[in-house]
Amino acid sequence: MTILENLRKRPFSRPAEHEPDRPVLEVSHLNVRYDHVTALEDVSFQLERGERVAVVGPNGAGKSTLFKVIAGVLQPSSGEVNISGHVPGGHICIAYLPQRSNVDWTFPVSVADVVMMGRIGKLGVFRWPKSSDWNYVHQCLEDVGLQPLAKRQISELSGGQQQRMFIARALAQEAEVMLMDEPLSGLDVHSQEDIYTILGELHRRSVTVMVATHDLDQAATHFDRVMLLNHRLLGFGQPGEVFTTERLVTAYGGHLRLVENGESGLLALGDTCCDEGEEP
Amino acid sequence: MIDVIVSPLNYAFMVRGLLAALMVGVVCATVGTYVVLRGMAFFGDALAHSILPGIAVGYLVGGGAQASLFWWGLVTAVVASIGIGTISRGAKIREDTAIGIVFAGMFATGIALISTVRSYTVDLTHFLFGDILGVSTADLRLILIFGALIIAAVILFYKEFLVLSFDPLLADTLRLPSRLLEYLLLTLIAVAIVVSLQTVGVALMVAMLVTPAAAAYLLTRRLPVMMLLAALIASLSGLIGLYISYYASVASGAAIVLTCTFFFALAWMLRTLQRAL
Repeated sequence: MTILENLRKRPFSRPAEHEPDRPVLEVSHLNVRYDHVTALEDVSFQLERGERVAVVGPNGAGKSTLFKVIAGVLQPSSGEVNISGHVPGGHICIAYLPQRSNVDWTFPVSVADVVMMGRIGKLGVFRWPKSSDWNYVHQCLEDVGLQPLAKRQISELSGGQQQRMFIARALAQEAEVMLMDEPLSGLDVHSQEDIYTILGELHRRSVTVMVATHDLDQAATHFDRVMLLNHRLLGFGQPGEVFTTERLVTAYGGHLRLVENGESGLLALGDTCCDEGEEP
Repeated sequence: MIDVIVSPLNYAFMVRGLLAALMVGVVCATVGTYVVLRGMAFFGDALAHSILPGIAVGYLVGGGAQASLFWWGLVTAVVASIGIGTISRGAKIREDTAIGIVFAGMFATGIALISTVRSYTVDLTHFLFGDILGVSTADLRLILIFGALIIAAVILFYKEFLVLSFDPLLADTLRLPSRLLEYLLLTLIAVAIVVSLQTVGVALMVAMLVTPAAAAYLLTRRLPVMMLLAALIASLSGLIGLYISYYASVASGAAIVLTCTFFFALAWMLRTLQRAL
């Protein structure tokens, strides 16, 4: 009986220990090649705990690829990713929030069901969620303001609510690193503000967040640092240093509309490219 | 009215057939829920057809013993599903193309094998369209044991299969053994097909997997309810279909599948009405 009990208590994999003196995320000399196409080339950077980073770059720049390598679901051709001292494959504290267009919204599950999915890394094999797990799920829904919609089928949510549901799922996962793939595209201004409010709360909880976005203007105003990516890392730092005309033209080529903002001296920028997804 | 229901039960073969239809309905519909949600209908259809050469060899080797047919069928189904995966990955062609190649090749092998023996002509129709009234007590025992194993696996791995089907990337970031779970699910579908072989046969098998689950999908937006509803619709279709077959002298497999189709049409109408109101 004890053997069975031990088996039931055990999750599928034992998560790696976190070394507090190591940076939360360290990427060094990362290369990813699909067949003969280079998706990422010699990408290196470090993130501090609780940072909010916007990742910008044209379609097919390798933003999703970078996130998948950091999440440990895609093996790089060479180079290393290190999360709190260990390779990503050992962690269950990294959440990847999918692009909304890649989700089957007709799937027969409720909002609370989806958020509970985040908890199953903490549950053992053959174990059903207990009332304490459901309490945790409802707390996470409360945190993103979706508690009243807990029992709704997921297709009944608006775009902003769908995005907040995935953030609640990442909270239920007790994620310390959240990778959000185009969470803001297609949302109205009000819904975007909701997301930024939640990002602020995540910052206070020391959750490290990387957000892929097309909106250079929003990236410059709502994030601690911005990362300009087009297969290679073209810049990483304060928006003023990174979003220079020269670097942006290198990243986007002709697909960019540059508008001079007279008052602040900053550039207000718009990526003229579509908001559709990029390569897998 | 009561006599209409009770009188066929005087025949032991009808009682065995009804029990088989009930169990097969529950098992196929439960597994079929995942077939519908993951868009694997063509895969299920192909897998059922791919079993034919295994059945033919089992027949030649075992001289018609059901247990031997069962194991040959099961091994063939597993070989077919691994073959489809290997070809689509190795040859870098779309999965549905790989399914088409493997399915047609194996089905043709089965027909070729069967055609070499002339006395098989009668039995071929049994494999293709089922022979539910020929179900023996030993068959019932096999259906019960393997059906129970399938249901147990679906319940035990409920949360893992749910995550794998809804968001495979989440399954990966939670470090679930995705590949292993994927193969387990394919094996469950294969076993469900093999235990149901005698009820509807390979040609109509996909209907047992897909139609009740699709009808349930139209009626609910919760996965556990969808599974229960699908099981209810499928087993009810099995019972009603078999009675229709008894009284109208229609082939039993066809009668069961047509009843499923009727329930799907009913579910569609209900939903359309619900939306209109």
